[in-house]
Amino acid sequence: MTLRLAFVMAWRGLRANRLRSLLTMLGIMIGVAAVILLVALGNGTSARLNSQLEALGTNLIGVFQARGSVSEGGQSQPLTDRDVEALRDSNEAPRFVTVTPVKQASAVLKGQYGTWRTSIVGSSQDYPAALNRTIDVGKFFSESQVKTRARVVVLGPQPVREIFGGIPAAALGQQVRIGSQTFEVTGVLEPNGQQDDVAVMPITAARTYLVDGGADDRVDQLVVQATGQDAVPAAMAKVERVLMDSHRIDDPTQKDFEVRSNLDLLEQYGEVTAVFTVFLASIAAIALLVGGIGVMNIMLVTVTERTREIGLRKALGARRRTVLEQFLVESTVLSGIGGSVGVVLGVGLCLLGERFGAAFGDFAPPQLSLPSVLLAFTVSLCIGLFFGAYPAKRAARLRPIEALRYE
Amino acid sequence: MIKLEGVGKSYRAGEAEVRALRDVELTVDDGDFVAIMGPSGSGKSTMMNILGCLDVPSEGRYLLDGIDVSGMSDDELAAIRNGKIGLVFQSYNLLPRTTALANVELPLVYGNQRARRSRAMRALEEVGLADRASHLPNQLSGGQQQRVAIARALVTRPTMILADEPTGNLDTEASCEIAEMLRRLSAAGRTVVLITHEEEIAAYARRVVRLRDGRIVSDTRRGLPDDVTQEIQRAGADA
Repeated sequence: MTLRLAFVMAWRGLRANRLRSLLTMLGIMIGVAAVILLVALGNGTSARLNSQLEALGTNLIGVFQARGSVSEGGQSQPLTDRDVEALRDSNEAPRFVTVTPVKQASAVLKGQYGTWRTSIVGSSQDYPAALNRTIDVGKFFSESQVKTRARVVVLGPQPVREIFGGIPAAALGQQVRIGSQTFEVTGVLEPNGQQDDVAVMPITAARTYLVDGGADDRVDQLVVQATGQDAVPAAMAKVERVLMDSHRIDDPTQKDFEVRSNLDLLEQYGEVTAVFTVFLASIAAIALLVGGIGVMNIMLVTVTERTREIGLRKALGARRRTVLEQFLVESTVLSGIGGSVGVVLGVGLCLLGERFGAAFGDFAPPQLSLPSVLLAFTVSLCIGLFFGAYPAKRAARLRPIEALRYE
Repeated sequence: MIKLEGVGKSYRAGEAEVRALRDVELTVDDGDFVAIMGPSGSGKSTMMNILGCLDVPSEGRYLLDGIDVSGMSDDELAAIRNGKIGLVFQSYNLLPRTTALANVELPLVYGNQRARRSRAMRALEEVGLADRASHLPNQLSGGQQQRVAIARALVTRPTMILADEPTGNLDTEASCEIAEMLRRLSAAGRTVVLITHEEEIAAYARRVVRLRDGRIVSDTRRGLPDDVTQEIQRAGADA
């Protein structure tokens, strides 16, 4: 018997019980749509996390002083301007785009409309590039302003809100008292959702005018910008070599500093979101499994109902294989149609979510993945074959005399 | 040619063993028209199952065109039923929601035959229902449905047409029509075996075999079919 005829017979059989076929398909449909949608939601969430992390800069390397004491006693040496110079001056490959010192403090800002305690960052002119910050209004301080210890400050959006009524342009050129000195606001940073409560000034000014400043040449953190994401591992190795040299350390286990990249963080998040996506997909897979059991149930009913028909077909010369094929095709058509509609439904819901998801506030838009669509559809077909196999086998084994006599 | 040699069939019904057929010897020549009769429990159905290759005998041999089918597997029997036997049932057994033509085509589908449509159409013409080819079974009368079933039995050009109580669900007029059709087929050279308990229908056959308690108790040949026909028509008019 040709496959085409088997399909025609299957279609006729399914149409004979339209409501029943539809309800059975619904089970597969919901399962397939759920797999597609939940995987897309998982992917969307992970993509958003990645893009947020990438916004921090995937080519950045942070260097910190090691905490506590170094093994085999000894005091850990702080990072200093000498280390910054050593990194800047090294001719070794790969090249660094910028090497930016960061010194952190905390102080009270006094402005026109109020006072506000915020974190102070003393840094160089490379700070916006090194930390992926953009300037909303005004401009960042220059290299010469760093050299001359200029009393200028660039505010984050939070202090602007607290002491200038939230209008960045209104803050430009205004005086702010920080500690005992008066600083001029030369620019305002755009918010990035990570560090908005901040005031950035030249590192030299921070050392000179703030309480914990002074002649100290210490630096709390170094931000090294590699030429690109691919250059990060080599750049990290170079940072270690240069700093071990500068700190006169021969044994890598004796290192008194830590080198970290955002890429490490990205990888860790990647692992977490992958687990999350697999978890969602397994829930959907359970729905699909339940749908499959529905298919099996209905196929068993169908075989019982059509016992006489099966008997007749066998009496007319249908072989076991032919009967087996007929019912397998029927269950596969059932689950295949359910799967196709499920794909349309799942993809449709994903597209709707992408378009209108933003209306529901903070919501990572679903991201369709073609493999998950193909997989869900293939699995729906396999479910038809797998759960149809037992009923079909039962039909094929019926003895024609008994089947013909069945009422 | 069909030949039963010492055929017996026993079933297990709970504790007891039922011997539905014992030591049956029967030869049916090509083109003959045989009626098998007997009261219920005489072994008629078992005879039908064995002749129709729906079941195998537990003793003896069954030769169909010289082939011993006694020890065949399910699938081998299916192939024999498909090619050599045309079955006609009491309740027609047409597939619902399937046109007359598609019903007639079905054995050709299972036999992997070519030119199915035209052959099915010719079989429908033979039973005089060419104009009903696209009708569904529920749009046909009982007599017409049984004629479609006969066309389905004819379509593979089988060695034997085996009709099991084909008139059991029909009124007298339709019954005569069906019996007459079977007689015509046999006159055209086909072997027809008819299982019935109605004397009027059996009267169309040239030879009547009577069963009782699983044995053949009589085997007689009738006279000319035309005389019989008149006799039956008279009987029908009386009733």
